[in-house]
Amino acid sequence: MTQGSAPAAAETRRKVHMQLLVNGEAQEVAFLPHKTLLEVLREDMQLTGTKHGCELGECGTCTVLMDGEPMLSCLVLGIECDGVEIETVEGMATGAGPHPLQTWFADLGAAQCGYCTPGFLMTAKSILERDPNPSREDLVEELSGNLCRCTGYLKIYEAIEAAAKDMREGSQ
Amino acid sequence: MARKVTYLAGIEGAERELTVEVHDLDADPWPLGAKLKYVGTEVPRLDGVAKVTGVAQFTQDVNLDKMAYAGEVIAPHAHAVVKSIDASAARAMPGVLAVRTSEGKRVTYAGSSVAAVCATSREVLADALAAIRVEYDVQPHAVTVEEALKDEVRVSPRRSNDTAGGRGGAMRRGNPDAALESAEVKVEAEYRTAIQTHSALEPHGSVVSIDKEGNATVWASTQATSGFAGGRLLRALELPRGRVRVITEHMGGGFGAKFGAQSWDVLCAEFAKETGRPVKYLLTRRSEHLVGGNRPDSIQKLTLGGTKDGTFTVLAGETWGTSGNGRGGAGCANFMGYTLPSVRMLQHTVSTFTARGAAFRAPRHPQGFFALEGAIDAFAAKAGLDPLAVRMKNDPHPVRQIQWKIGAERIGWKRNHRKVAGSDKGPVKRGVGCAAGRWSQAGRGNWSVDLTIDSSGHVIVMNGAQDLGTGTRTLLAICVAEELGIPPATIDVRVGDTRYPPGPGSGGSTTAPSLGPAAREAGLRAREALAALLGVEWKTDSEKVTLEDGVFKGPGGKKATFQEACGLIPDEGLRVRGTRRRNYDGYNRETAGCQFAEVAVDTETGVITVERVVAVHDAGRLVNTMASRSQVNGGVIQGISFALYEERQLDENLGDMVNPTFDTYKIMGMADCPQIDVVLTTVVSGFNSIGMMGLGEPATVPTAGAIASAVYNAIGVQVRQLPMTPARVLAALEGRQQ
Repeated sequence: MTQGSAPAAAETRRKVHMQLLVNGEAQEVAFLPHKTLLEVLREDMQLTGTKHGCELGECGTCTVLMDGEPMLSCLVLGIECDGVEIETVEGMATGAGPHPLQTWFADLGAAQCGYCTPGFLMTAKSILERDPNPSREDLVEELSGNLCRCTGYLKIYEAIEAAAKDMREGSQ
Repeated sequence: MARKVTYLAGIEGAERELTVEVHDLDADPWPLGAKLKYVGTEVPRLDGVAKVTGVAQFTQDVNLDKMAYAGEVIAPHAHAVVKSIDASAARAMPGVLAVRTSEGKRVTYAGSSVAAVCATSREVLADALAAIRVEYDVQPHAVTVEEALKDEVRVSPRRSNDTAGGRGGAMRRGNPDAALESAEVKVEAEYRTAIQTHSALEPHGSVVSIDKEGNATVWASTQATSGFAGGRLLRALELPRGRVRVITEHMGGGFGAKFGAQSWDVLCAEFAKETGRPVKYLLTRRSEHLVGGNRPDSIQKLTLGGTKDGTFTVLAGETWGTSGNGRGGAGCANFMGYTLPSVRMLQHTVSTFTARGAAFRAPRHPQGFFALEGAIDAFAAKAGLDPLAVRMKNDPHPVRQIQWKIGAERIGWKRNHRKVAGSDKGPVKRGVGCAAGRWSQAGRGNWSVDLTIDSSGHVIVMNGAQDLGTGTRTLLAICVAEELGIPPATIDVRVGDTRYPPGPGSGGSTTAPSLGPAAREAGLRAREALAALLGVEWKTDSEKVTLEDGVFKGPGGKKATFQEACGLIPDEGLRVRGTRRRNYDGYNRETAGCQFAEVAVDTETGVITVERVVAVHDAGRLVNTMASRSQVNGGVIQGISFALYEERQLDENLGDMVNPTFDTYKIMGMADCPQIDVVLTTVVSGFNSIGMMGLGEPATVPTAGAIASAVYNAIGVQVRQLPMTPARVLAALEGRQQ
């Protein structure tokens, strides 16, 4: 039995230089063209808030927003992101302070080990931007791609609902 | 020197006075009903903000200048000899820094490392690993218990090992043969549980960096920061322990599988030494499932006997399970919790060609209680008795007696428990069930917590133990806060670093009760030191300085806030240490808990929906009820996942895992999460100055048993194999169960 396949010399590949629009800021980044957005964010832009869980698109920890839509950054290439507005957990807090979702996740204990938390936050942010008053059923549907192994599920619902209420009342 | 203290311990309704010998330096134990300001309240975790802003740094997030990446070629065979390895193409690749190969190695489990590479980038690493050609001489193997038992000597890496409860040897008490003979009611059945992988979201692994002076820093995703750097790692680094700093600032789940440095961590250290660069290696998800640890499976044949009035007289049984290619570890806690005068139990750990099992949240317990509670349900049915009444009749624990009543009330036992199991009309049938849980952990070790205060009033609390997300930081802050009269959120807690006093490994629900009393004492020592400074300032005896509601008071109406008192601290600062001493004689060694579940079973599709779980738990005196509730939620969620979804599937021919991904190895998601009603019963355990016990493990012990019990009540037949997949439910309904 034999294992293995033909070699390719990654070291000799040339980096691409691109402007990425991350958290409202246009930044010049140089990275290898086959890198996923997750790798570019974490390794080339030092934005490690977006977590690496499975790299197979199964756990949701690497969720970021691309033009407002939740995407698994481990399944997107960095070079596909030209002109795309990318949002990560590092960009959630506004000048005025943390996003209501961040406040409620922290206050209600929706983060235990915290590894899945950024992914849940990004998915939740996109939900609330489309629907300020989602039902539990909507949340179940939209958050089903995010896994948590410690505790989160119930407190995550509660935190999102509390944040949604805050945001509705704040925008009135 | 010691003094005697008499105080009230236990639970309201079953309290008891305890007289204990307390070391002179120990704080007076807080009695039942003590008025405490912060202990026992809901305190959001101190690192909550760091976790929701992406600031919290996990091992996976450590990126260093010039950092290289390590990885391994893993064997796809359960049993093989490595005939040859051609790594020439990999070695020739620009960016490859080091290559290791293991020609001639005997592989005894799929996922075993046969070659390793260190490269300048993850991309080069992937290319180099893919370019290594390995030829195997494939040998016969057995990867399941049943296969291994067929021809053990030929196909098992080691002979099986008989164990009772993982401790070795068979277990026998009373007179089981006579009791079986004379039992008025006797049930016999076989229960099975599957192998469950830990599936922490952050993989195992580390980053190792050696500085110019030759000192090493290791960032590790570990449950045992202080004990991480053991023999193999130190030998690889050629350094004494004192020159190896281990850091675990945050870690993304462990559940028992992440203690000391493992082979991949040693590999990182070797490559770091060889290449002169920092090296990072965290396992892939596939390796996590294959070699990252697992809960051994079980086949449990149980016979439970008793009298017609529902009193148990005897339990007899034999079990088999595999913990991989090691010896021991596949025992089941299926003879615990209840009063069983006679027991005969023989437990076998069967060696197979699979990677080793590891401690997994309440080792031996969820599988053991699933079987035992199943036997109890069958016994109650045969005797024509209410299964809850039978449990209560045979339960010796005073706290669980109270908990059964609370749980029954919350789940609506009288209303919702079907008198005739499976009697609902229509295809979707509902039922409720219950199960007990136990654990025993009051903390251990003489750990120390250091505390400093400067003249600005900044309090720093330090211990090397890691916070797995269980809330260790916050717990230490609360214990100190109670003594100093300042809010926990104002305290700066530093953990997860060998620069601080050593802390315990987080296994067996030990961390909280092992560190809490030391933190309380550190707070007490700091309070005494501040009182001494005020005594000098006020020209009075420091013993006349008291702290009430956060304000220091002295004779003649003298008053000082905490901040004002800290203003007296000289430039050198104030530094104290709290140390945990031996445990006292406590109220009850056993931590009690029970859970009730309500399920709906679709008898046409076989799908089980858990609608509600009531979890009633004791963990001694609770320090942070918010964190405690989280622990119980998490325990229940993992328990449901174990009961309904998780199963490591191995291909018997190839010996490899068929489902090493989250797509195919299902862990419970949001859509499956029921309503969880957590009831925490405060019990002053008596074992330490706070009265604490651990809670991590007990919360997951009863869940699978309670769900299976509810399924039985709903459909009228037991599903005796976990996970209770739709196919197994339908097979049970059709009488096709093994």
